[in-house]
Amino acid sequence: MSAAGSESSVSAPVKVDGEGLPLWLLLELTYRCPLKCPWCNNPLDFDRYRNELTTEEWVDVLRQGRELGALQLGFSGGEPMQRRDLEELVGEATRLGYYTNLITSGMGLNEQRLAALQRAGLKQVQLSLQACDAELNNRLVGADAYAHKIAAARAIKARGFPMVLNVPVSRYNIEQAPALLELAEELGIEYVEFANLQYYNWALLNRSDLLPTREQLSVAEAVVAETRARLGRRMTIYFVITDYYAERPKACMKGWGNIHLTIAPDGAALPCQEARVIEGLKFPNVRDHDLGWIWHESPVFQKFRGESWMQEPCRSCPERGHDYGGCRCQAFLLNGDAASTDPVCGKSPNHHLIEEAVAAAMAGRPQNRLIMRQRGLNVA
Amino acid sequence: MNNNVGLQRTDIVEIDPTFLFRWEEPQRAYVLLYPEGLVKLNSTAGEILAVVAQTVAVGDLLDNFIAKYNNPDIADDILTFLEASNERGWVRIKR
Ligand SMILES: C[S@@+](CC[C@H](N)C(=O)[O-])C[C@H]1O[C@@H](n2cnc3c(N)ncnc32)[C@H](O)[C@@H]1O
Ligand code: SF4
Ligand code: SF4
Repeated sequence: MSAAGSESSVSAPVKVDGEGLPLWLLLELTYRCPLKCPWCNNPLDFDRYRNELTTEEWVDVLRQGRELGALQLGFSGGEPMQRRDLEELVGEATRLGYYTNLITSGMGLNEQRLAALQRAGLKQVQLSLQACDAELNNRLVGADAYAHKIAAARAIKARGFPMVLNVPVSRYNIEQAPALLELAEELGIEYVEFANLQYYNWALLNRSDLLPTREQLSVAEAVVAETRARLGRRMTIYFVITDYYAERPKACMKGWGNIHLTIAPDGAALPCQEARVIEGLKFPNVRDHDLGWIWHESPVFQKFRGESWMQEPCRSCPERGHDYGGCRCQAFLLNGDAASTDPVCGKSPNHHLIEEAVAAAMAGRPQNRLIMRQRGLNVA
Repeated sequence: MNNNVGLQRTDIVEIDPTFLFRWEEPQRAYVLLYPEGLVKLNSTAGEILAVVAQTVAVGDLLDNFIAKYNNPDIADDILTFLEASNERGWVRIKR
């Protein structure tokens, strides 16, 4: 008799066998947000999406998601607190049996709404924080946010929620890693995620200003290792080195259409949050199709599922079952072909694009010309 | 907080209350859901945690499984699994 489980988490990429089910469902309730993060992974034309799903339509998505086998549910955005029906949606999700996660900047998360969310059965909160001094934090998000975020963190912990502190890492804030960890410890936060930026959308626009240096990363890594050793089980720290400095790509989404399903504010179903950057794909919408068809049958979800779409060098590579050839969005954005090998991979013929991007970023700095997330930006 | 991993027969164990544990029909398995992750349990682990989910003394749990499978040797394996689950934070000692 032996007892074990197959485990999946962001830090330990052990495969959970989803048996082809969308175990992770992410609802981007809105693209609206009071902050202006210059790395925001929302689309550059976010303000063109005005036709958000209604409460009834989201409830229907929740019901269909559970029927398909979804278990982990994220409410994200934009800023999900902008939706006045969030409490109602969390309540419905709880009744349906999801593990509910709120992914928030903390803006609009006051004591009263937090209490209502807890009554509705919310299980966990992920709060983003950019720095542990008000001046830098507010500069990075383009608004007076620091005090709100700290108040939100205290309120979340006072109510006993397990909490993830998400720190989007750039060269501007990475040196605050020790102070951020101290703050997290003082607040009693169980999970800290140093999220190395994914360079799509706003982050790609600002890439050469945001990329940390290798030295900054190794210093931060050492601090993380020391803190892990000191705090043991009290805190789990996720620290994934940015793929621009890696030899192999990330196992993006654990495979396209494998366990992740994102629904965008307008009802478009996406294999990952960023997939809209790939031009020429027509994403199925929950207003037109049922979720079962979208997941199992729609051309977009089948397009990069499995391995048959792969080109060389991935096609014959022994590592293909491990990283699925990397990220389709990155392949499209940097190579112009979503079916090509992620250029982050040392085996990609385009790997020089990554090396050149790093070299250019290091040479041309500091520019301090961050383009903040904003409406109507003409990027042509 | 008890950092000592060794469990005593008299310890009352429960699933960490911030976790969600239940049978999941599409998976035909017990699952454990927690921040940033989920675990699909094999049938043995699921069977054990289903008893832990009722809040139980370690000794009673062991005795029941020994009787059920008519095999005293399984006690060690079950205890090892419970201690690993405690170490991972899935299961905690109730006080
Ligand atoms: C898009 S935000 C939406 C929720 C909320 N507005 C917030 O910022 O917390 C979701 C998460 O992604 C992180 N994030 C945003 N842009 C990112 C990027 N380019 N790379 C990695 N993480 C990013 C944020 O820090 C946040 O934790
Ligand atoms: S990353 Fe920043 S700008 Fe984007 S949605 Fe979150 S808080 Fe708003
Ligand atoms: S060639 Fe493709 S499959 Fe092989 S390691 Fe690189 S990205 Fe992964």
